[in-house]
Amino acid sequence: MEKIIEVTGLKKLFGRLEVLKGIDCSFEKGVVVSILGPNASGKTTLVKSILGMVIPNEGVILFKNKPVINTFAYKRDIGYMPQIGHYPDNMKIGQLFKMVMDIRQQDASDTDLLKAYKLEGMYNKTMRTLSGGTLQKVSAALAFMFSPDVLILDEPSAGLDPLAAEALKEKILEEKSKGKLILITSHILSEADEISDHIMYLFEGQIKFYKSLPELKNETGEQKLSKALTKILSL
Amino acid sequence: MLLAYTLLLMAISLTIFMSDPDVTKGLVSITTVILIIVPLVSIVYATTYYFNAAEFTEMLVSQPISRRSILLGKFIGMSSSILAAFIIGVCIPVCLFAFSATGITLMISGCLLTLSFVSLAFLTSTITRDKAKGIGLALMLWFYFSIIFDGLVLLFLYSFADYPLEKAMIVLTALNPIDLARILILLQLDISALMGYTGALYQQFFGSGSGIVFSLLMQMVWIIVPLLFALRIFKKKDL
Repeated sequence: MEKIIEVTGLKKLFGRLEVLKGIDCSFEKGVVVSILGPNASGKTTLVKSILGMVIPNEGVILFKNKPVINTFAYKRDIGYMPQIGHYPDNMKIGQLFKMVMDIRQQDASDTDLLKAYKLEGMYNKTMRTLSGGTLQKVSAALAFMFSPDVLILDEPSAGLDPLAAEALKEKILEEKSKGKLILITSHILSEADEISDHIMYLFEGQIKFYKSLPELKNETGEQKLSKALTKILSL
Repeated sequence: MLLAYTLLLMAISLTIFMSDPDVTKGLVSITTVILIIVPLVSIVYATTYYFNAAEFTEMLVSQPISRRSILLGKFIGMSSSILAAFIIGVCIPVCLFAFSATGITLMISGCLLTLSFVSLAFLTSTITRDKAKGIGLALMLWFYFSIIFDGLVLLFLYSFADYPLEKAMIVLTALNPIDLARILILLQLDISALMGYTGALYQQFFGSGSGIVFSLLMQMVWIIVPLLFALRIFKKKDL
């Protein structure tokens, strides 16, 4: 399969704390990769490095074979959903969407989630009046809006109601079938079990393993990801 | 908050002009008040705004747009709104009551002062990581430029009183945007005679065409240099 993101020797220090200790991995098209790991294992830092929000101390990140550090044009092909969306209080939902269209010089080509979450009727509501869950819906709709080749979702279902989470899951699978790469960081194993093809497990800034889900289950002889994980980690 | 600032400035200018028929005196009083309030509000407001919008900045960085454009965009947005408050609150009353060379100097140096303190606010916000430290640093800078600096200058003058200090004083003045604004306005008022020998020298230097150009240029430097440093830091910052 065609590799879309390649990471080599990625290191990041925050002060004296080494958060990423040399990450080597690559991600290909048409798969869902779940990045798992305990708190402070470097999941978010890895994702933020790919997005150019954190600037690594060492290492190379290739996006479609081009180095990305300190560039920004490649972000046109990425949709990012943050863990918690924060937007200016007085901004209306419609204004936010319009502004992002302006920045990306792209039109909204995918409005499935907008419809599923009934956001179109709320364009005149300001961000201040929205609940946490609705903000998450806005973030999700925004990530998928421009049909990017890569979707990066940071704890996507945290704060979403069950129906909304289900709609998001369906959307993820649909995009995957179109050949998109979807990176998800998550703590919810049952969810990762349902949708992911590959599991990357980070521990203290290093990749403990990076395997396909069936492979992982075969190796451990377990049917559930949570059991397989406990088994492989206790070895 | 910005509305309150506009109203406050307007209330100050209007009451001063209304209560005293002598507009020159009025301009002096306004200068005194403005040189304290304008830097304080500009730096604190811009820093607070920057930290309140930190997460949104993060989201913008994930979009295909350079960090340079993000920060410059924020600077333009921020400074135009604070500048608008100054123009409505001070420039309009001054135009109505005291439109003169002094009035114009007051307006221009007030605008430049606003911009330089917004620029300093961007520097303090990019240097620090959390809101409390950022605002603390902003307040310290304001305190330094409006009070401590003058104290240091006095100390310097006192300890080197036996030497000719006129040239040095001009250089020292350029190191503080508030002093630059103050001297520019006061010299337009022909009260520099009250400032003794140094005042006469100031009059000779800052009163001349090249002196005015020099001080305007120095004020521009105070806008551009902190912003450039902020840009450099922001480009390498982890969000």
